[in-house]
Amino acid sequence: MIDRRRFLQLAALGGGVVFASALPGSVRAAGKNGAAGYEEFFFVQLSDTHWGYSGPANPQADSTLRKAVATVNSLDIQPDFIVFTGDLTHTTDDSAERRRRLSEFRAIVSELKVKDLRFMPGEHDASLDSGAAYKELFGDTHYSFDHKGVHFVVLDNVSDPGASVGEIQLQWLKSDLARLAKSTPIVVFTHRPLFDLAPAWDWATRDGAKAIDILMSYANVTVFYGHIHQEHHHQTGHIVHHSAKSLIFPLPAPMSQPKRAPLPWDPAHPNKGLGFREVEAQVSDARYKITEFSVVKG
Amino acid sequence: MDRRQALKRGGAIALLGILPAGAATARRTVASGNAQVIEVLAQRFRFTPNEIALRTGQPAVLAIRSLDFVHGFKVPELGIRTDLMPGTVTRVAIRALSPGRYDFLCDNFCGGGHEEMNGSIVVSD
Repeated sequence: MIDRRRFLQLAALGGGVVFASALPGSVRAAGKNGAAGYEEFFFVQLSDTHWGYSGPANPQADSTLRKAVATVNSLDIQPDFIVFTGDLTHTTDDSAERRRRLSEFRAIVSELKVKDLRFMPGEHDASLDSGAAYKELFGDTHYSFDHKGVHFVVLDNVSDPGASVGEIQLQWLKSDLARLAKSTPIVVFTHRPLFDLAPAWDWATRDGAKAIDILMSYANVTVFYGHIHQEHHHQTGHIVHHSAKSLIFPLPAPMSQPKRAPLPWDPAHPNKGLGFREVEAQVSDARYKITEFSVVKG
Repeated sequence: MDRRQALKRGGAIALLGILPAGAATARRTVASGNAQVIEVLAQRFRFTPNEIALRTGQPAVLAIRSLDFVHGFKVPELGIRTDLMPGTVTRVAIRALSPGRYDFLCDNFCGGGHEEMNGSIVVSD
């Protein structure tokens, strides 16, 4: 029988690369004591599905999400849970239409075999109504949970249209983490980058440095986010940040061109630049192995 | 980049202030003391004008009026940002000390065209 590691090696041939979470030079300290006895597990990250988008950057926008759901369902080994890191829907001024899009999105992803789904909003879902519609359908915009020795934190940096986490949530973060050992593996999910990736393109969180300061005193912190519609890997101190591809259209590399316009759609390769990822948590040393997948099986 | 570094790199001096809407000048560009006053409109999803020409060392004031939303005005390289409250004119005093192109943007998410709401300050000798 094919084991999971061999399966990933085969799958990655058509779908992406295997990337070790820790960037060169990063330090992974003291993870073993805090996570002793826990097994490895993996989760799937999907991001920026922008349900409701219509435009030339993805003429197949009404089917991309469903294809991704089918591909995730076809994985031989299903993940422990699936996280959506924001921009579930494309923005609209019409509050009824916003709720309709969020409801349709929820119905589509309910077809996933895995029923442990974790959500958070992006600015397209939440910034125009301070998250009101999102909360009606999906609940809190920030929360935490524990899974097999890892503490997961979902941070909301989009309900404020100015992209702030805000003092209330920062205080919540501080108290949420206070009960943990400093060596506890911590994974943060958020929509926007917490660091100043490209402020001229609004790829930042206004008070993200305050959140990073709080996280900095914990030895094993990794951030997974969306927003920028591409893979990107960055390190602030010992904290590693990984952005995900989108499921709607790719955006250019940070500041690589004058404007942050979507990359042109390629009819010969309609899913080029799109995809999702698996993240294998190696809890004993707080490392995360990332495997990128295409929207459809290659 | 912190504000001190930004100012050093951009070679600019920027001051922010807010005046009542009635204080706005009728003409797009007027002189105010030594400072050139340039009126800018902000509305979803554009700044008008979206390219502002300045001379190196010339004091200028951007008098920005938002018509429809609490837009943001941010010039990352100059360390400038402020909210633009509808019904007020936000005055941004600036004196660019070195030539260059300094992009600005709305950094408060304002809807479907937010990503295109940006412009440039072009400073030349």
